[in-house]
Amino acid sequence: MELIDLTLIWVVIIGIGIFMYVLMDGFDLGVGILFPFAPSDHARDELMNSVAPVWDGNETWLILGGAGLLAAFPLIYAVFLPALYIGVFLLLAGLIFRGVAFEFRFKAQARKYWWDRAFFGGSTVASFAQGAVVGAYIQGFETEGFSYVGGAFDWLTPFTVMTGLGVVAGYALLGVTWTILKTEGKTQEWAFRLAPWLLAAVMGFFIIVSLWTPLAHERVMERWFDNISWLWLFPALTLATATWVLWRIRQRAEASPFLGSMALFALFYLGLLITQWPYAVPPEHTFWDAASDPGSQLFLLIGVLFLIPIILGYTAWTYWVFRGKVKTGEGYAGH
Amino acid sequence: MELDPLLLSRFQFAFVVSFHAIFPVFTIGLASYIALLEGLHYKTENPVYLKLSKFWIKVFAIVFGMGVVSGIVMAFQFGTNWSVFSFSSANFLGPILSYEVVTAFFLEATFLGVLLFGRDKVPKGVHLFSACMVALGTFISSFWILSANSWMHTPAGVEFHDGIVHMTSWTQAIFNPSMPYRFSHMALASFITGGFVVAGVSAWYLLKGRNPKTSRKALAMCVVMLAIATPLQLVVGDMHGLNTFEHQPMKVAAMEGAWETRTRAPLLLFAIPDAANETNHFEIAIPGLASLILTHSLDGEVPGLLEVAPEDRPPVGIVFWSFRIMVGLGMLFIAVSLASAWQLWRGRLYDSPRLLRVLTWMIPLPFVAVLAGWFVTEVGRQPWIIHGVMRISDGVTPSITGWMALATLIGYISVYAIVFSAGVIYLRRVIQAGPDPIEEAPDDETARPKRPWSAVPFKVDDAAQSAGS
Ligand code: HDD
Ligand code: HEM
Ligand code: HEM
Repeated sequence: MELIDLTLIWVVIIGIGIFMYVLMDGFDLGVGILFPFAPSDHARDELMNSVAPVWDGNETWLILGGAGLLAAFPLIYAVFLPALYIGVFLLLAGLIFRGVAFEFRFKAQARKYWWDRAFFGGSTVASFAQGAVVGAYIQGFETEGFSYVGGAFDWLTPFTVMTGLGVVAGYALLGVTWTILKTEGKTQEWAFRLAPWLLAAVMGFFIIVSLWTPLAHERVMERWFDNISWLWLFPALTLATATWVLWRIRQRAEASPFLGSMALFALFYLGLLITQWPYAVPPEHTFWDAASDPGSQLFLLIGVLFLIPIILGYTAWTYWVFRGKVKTGEGYAGH
Repeated sequence: MELDPLLLSRFQFAFVVSFHAIFPVFTIGLASYIALLEGLHYKTENPVYLKLSKFWIKVFAIVFGMGVVSGIVMAFQFGTNWSVFSFSSANFLGPILSYEVVTAFFLEATFLGVLLFGRDKVPKGVHLFSACMVALGTFISSFWILSANSWMHTPAGVEFHDGIVHMTSWTQAIFNPSMPYRFSHMALASFITGGFVVAGVSAWYLLKGRNPKTSRKALAMCVVMLAIATPLQLVVGDMHGLNTFEHQPMKVAAMEGAWETRTRAPLLLFAIPDAANETNHFEIAIPGLASLILTHSLDGEVPGLLEVAPEDRPPVGIVFWSFRIMVGLGMLFIAVSLASAWQLWRGRLYDSPRLLRVLTWMIPLPFVAVLAGWFVTEVGRQPWIIHGVMRISDGVTPSITGWMALATLIGYISVYAIVFSAGVIYLRRVIQAGPDPIEEAPDDETARPKRPWSAVPFKVDDAAQSAGS
């Protein structure tokens, strides 16, 4: 064995990359999911304006996830995408509609509502598809050698529908707490009222999925019930965090509901990794089976270690540039 | 009829990548133009540059948006439809595409936010810096993606065993033999596209007598650039062709419509290639010229398609005709650019209505040339997905069925049709509204701030409405 396990390093990097995506695009997809429920057109303008300067950068993490998987774990790339073929199409179609809605909505005059719907529909479909991917990952894939050999709709089961809806609710929670952070007045008031319900929905899905997963998958059952001791910290911490978020929402805190929701996502995500470890393409292939050549992993690693801090730096800087509340009257409603 | 998943996947890929390619080729050129305008304004404080920059940023925002969403599709097409190819070449393509993301896409996407919405939130120099970063990002992006693409045409720096590509030299693979030519050719194509669009729109304003100050400035800038870039493109294109002749002689044979291997090969100006009978009909030819261009000698030997078995030949008709469309348009571009530059030099350009009208007609043509060029390149590579290494039929995803490929193909066509029509409508509105008139005091300076995505402010709508009524 070599001194450094490149594959393990790449698990960490890709893991962080996907998590960055979930957090960052999560809240702007969530804003899209909430769109039709906003109290007024004016509020909708505010919602959209709050994410307009940053959504494109957020979505780039998804592309990094795709390209990074191809580079470090080609097997995942080459099995997941064919297996989720129809789902991937829905995901992309959703992202296209919501992406152009940013540009088109403010330019369409009478047809503005059309793009409102495109923004909502696209965001919701894309979020659902991402949740279904998580469910499909837990479920596992039928492979032969390096190829997927299952059917077109193997990924679509009651279980993946459940995880799909769970992610829709989760992103909506991120979106609503982001709205609390970025708006004031009526819009913020609306977000404060909605947040506890979304939190409850998210916890509901969390409990259902947590019970369903071990019952349906023996592998998961063994993992969680053989190592009883410290693993159980995760659900406990999750419940504690959710309670704290609820308390802070009640107190009308502006930043901590958003931070707390992100912490919830971190816990869900860690829980998922523990459940699946070390399988990249369950039920057979581990991350080590899925890895590319060490030379290729190393070649990219050098650049990534150098560039990711720079990217994080200028990303943080743009969030700083666009910090603060989206001001009333700044939107398009008045024009 | 059986639905053939391979054929449908090829259609699908050709459709989505061609759709995508329309946008970058324009935004690469336009991003540099905007950075230049911002730089000139920073230095000279001349409001003409600011007006122009603000106007073209509005156009840029729409086109860039469509480029981004269609590009995301591309990143996943490799995996959905060409998973065996992706898996086999992942050791090379994976790191290259990832480098594109971390060096280019993040840069573009992040600084785009500041370019569009940050004018009043950051110091002037920082705003200029953001414009430069967006422009730089588009070039870095083309560098990586064209390296990946060129490698599929002229693979180097790798070994192929057990059906998998393994790296032997990163520099050889990245700077593979056709890469420098393709990159230069594509960079020039982007400048030419951006140049003709800006020139055409400015000429249209001049014909309408609108925004004379800004439009003259923009037109003059573009005409000078085009007079340099279009002839240069001929030179680079010729070198590109010679490189292809060395590495992919069958592609060149298809471009030339050459069946027999021969010396003193003629250059065909017109012909209807007939693959079934392995011959051409209605040839109009200049004797010896193909040999002269490709080998720099009248007696040089040019191999013909009959050298290889029929199943190893690219489809001749598409390659042959696409090539003629591209080169024909290239010649037209040279003629129009030089004529305009000549008139500019004589001080007559702005009052030559006929030339101005021709310039407005040019707007769609560079896009046609670019797509024709890509069709030459990509169809000419067939039947290989990695030239000489892997056949296209071995690269397709095994689990795709005909109906899956057809359903998503129809899906993409419908989605793109909606997005594209809407985009064109909004672009027309922006262009009809035009830049803010220069004579007016720049009072909108204060109204403009932080209206996100206000790349197109409300004024546009008002103007479009009044223009329409
Ligand atoms: C990095 C890779 C890459 C890049 C940058 C491009 N292509 Fe490509 N192209 C492929 C990789 C590829 C491919 C994966 O290798 C395909 C899919 C099917 C095939 O034959 O090759 C292909 C096929 C393909 C075909 C169909 C050929 C056939 O099946 O007969 C067309 C018309 C194009 N492409 C056009 C383009 C355009 C307009 C591009 C401009 C952006 C472009 N390609 C960039
Ligand atoms: C078939 C291969 C291609 C793939 C997989 C691909 C992938 C992508 C992706 C994922 C994006 C979105 C990036 C973002 O969110 O900012 C994008 C945009 C872009 N691509 Fe491509 N692309 C391909 C072909 C090309 C070619 C041939 C060029 C030009 C030389 C190009 C140049 C660009 C540029 C400049 C952008 C920025 C967005 C824009 O200008 O509209 N791409 N591409
Ligand atoms: C003026 C004479 C021109 C010549 C002699 C020329 C030559 C060539 C050749 C030989 C190829 C195929 C390369 C290969 O893959 O083997 C090519 C491709 C291409 N051409 Fe041209 N070209 C010319 C003008 C233009 C113009 C005006 C444009 C667009 C504005 C253009 C855009 C392209 C593009 C986008 C490709 C595909 C990408 C590539 O392989 O570089 N070309 N050209």
